[in-house]
Amino acid sequence: MQHNNLYTFKFISLITIVASFLLALASTQLKDRQEFNIEVDKKKNILKCIGLDVAAMNANTIIEEYHKRIQDVVLKQNGDRVNHIASEDLELVENKSTGQISYFYKEDEFLPAYLASNPQAFIFPISGKGLWSTLYGYLALDMDLNTVKGITFYKHGETPGLGGEIEKKWFQENFIGKKIFNDGGKLMSVSVAKGKAMDENHEVDGISGATITSKGVSDFLKNDLLRYIDFLTIHRSN
Amino acid sequence: MDKNSKAIIADPLVDNNPITKQILGICSALAVTVKMEQAVVMTLALTFVLVSSNIIISLLRKGIPGKVRIIVQLTVIASLVILIDQVLKAYLYDISKQLSVFVGLIITNCIIMGRAEAFAMQNNIKDAMYDGFGNSFGYGLILIIVATFRELFGSGTLFNLQIIPSWMYLEQGGWYVNNGLMLLAPGAFIILGLIIWVQRSYTHFIEE
Repeated sequence: MQHNNLYTFKFISLITIVASFLLALASTQLKDRQEFNIEVDKKKNILKCIGLDVAAMNANTIIEEYHKRIQDVVLKQNGDRVNHIASEDLELVENKSTGQISYFYKEDEFLPAYLASNPQAFIFPISGKGLWSTLYGYLALDMDLNTVKGITFYKHGETPGLGGEIEKKWFQENFIGKKIFNDGGKLMSVSVAKGKAMDENHEVDGISGATITSKGVSDFLKNDLLRYIDFLTIHRSN
Repeated sequence: MDKNSKAIIADPLVDNNPITKQILGICSALAVTVKMEQAVVMTLALTFVLVSSNIIISLLRKGIPGKVRIIVQLTVIASLVILIDQVLKAYLYDISKQLSVFVGLIITNCIIMGRAEAFAMQNNIKDAMYDGFGNSFGYGLILIIVATFRELFGSGTLFNLQIIPSWMYLEQGGWYVNNGLMLLAPGAFIILGLIIWVQRSYTHFIEE
């Protein structure tokens, strides 16, 4: 079918306007719900890493439980608590090559953390590169600030079945009870072994076929722990 | 339903299957067949996009200027894909997280543009809709067959339920180990190749 250029022009304009209008409408209508989902997902993972069974909870229960148990805190880099800044005010800057996230308020860098009551725990966000993607998650420590209470990953793009096993229960449960300091008080972190864990305090079983993801987890866990080292050392001795 | 409509739906299931016969849509057939759940949701998303795009293109077919028809088809398809992606993020967040970029990549799935260009541009709305369903089911059928093999032999589960008994595993004192190859793209290639082989030796179809 032959049409003149003016018709073609009008037709294309009309299609484009209708399509963009519909998409803009859908986007604005669904935005609140999508942001709510992301927020709930983060809260769910914070609750999960202190050992709550979140699989059975719906969105409202998660928010309710979160408000009941979790308190957001913001720390200075030297470990002091800051009261005038809320964790929502922090601006996130991700280092694209390592995947580590830094948190800024105005020009200064801060560290966000979460304090859980019942069960008591100190929780902070962790992130870093695996093989294909950046892994995002949370690490929870018991109040001795040495024993791992739990770990979760809420976002990653690793191969399902290989590196993707980090999101599985068996892998995450292996972290529970591990120590991040050795007897001399030196930060050892917890690393993912190649194969079976040899050091029962500071190592967890590896994932076969996922050497690089495992190494990534070991590395960024240590780096993220190092950022909280001042806070951990001060409060451990008290 | 008359005979012609039935043929339009049934033809893409086996004889003219978009994946095994036309070798279209391979990218997503490799990417989202690790788990059944993903394969099913992907099929539903593709069904929505393909059926709607076929209907819309068929509706507009007399008005679409020939010179820019591909652009018009892509605009329609891309809008539908963005729409379904947004809806999944709002209502099926966990699954949309797993499918990640692959929902967006439906835009580049050749099946959809192929059907728009080859069928919806020439046929009435009803037939275009049937064609959309037929091709989606043909696509979904292969995805689900591939995913069944990959999830069962790669993870020992189906729909995340443990199928292969845990006592058989090496870690539990048995002898069985999951096949890691099934979890990677080459595993899907091998299964797909086998399906095509079986189908072609059965139908005696030979590529010209």
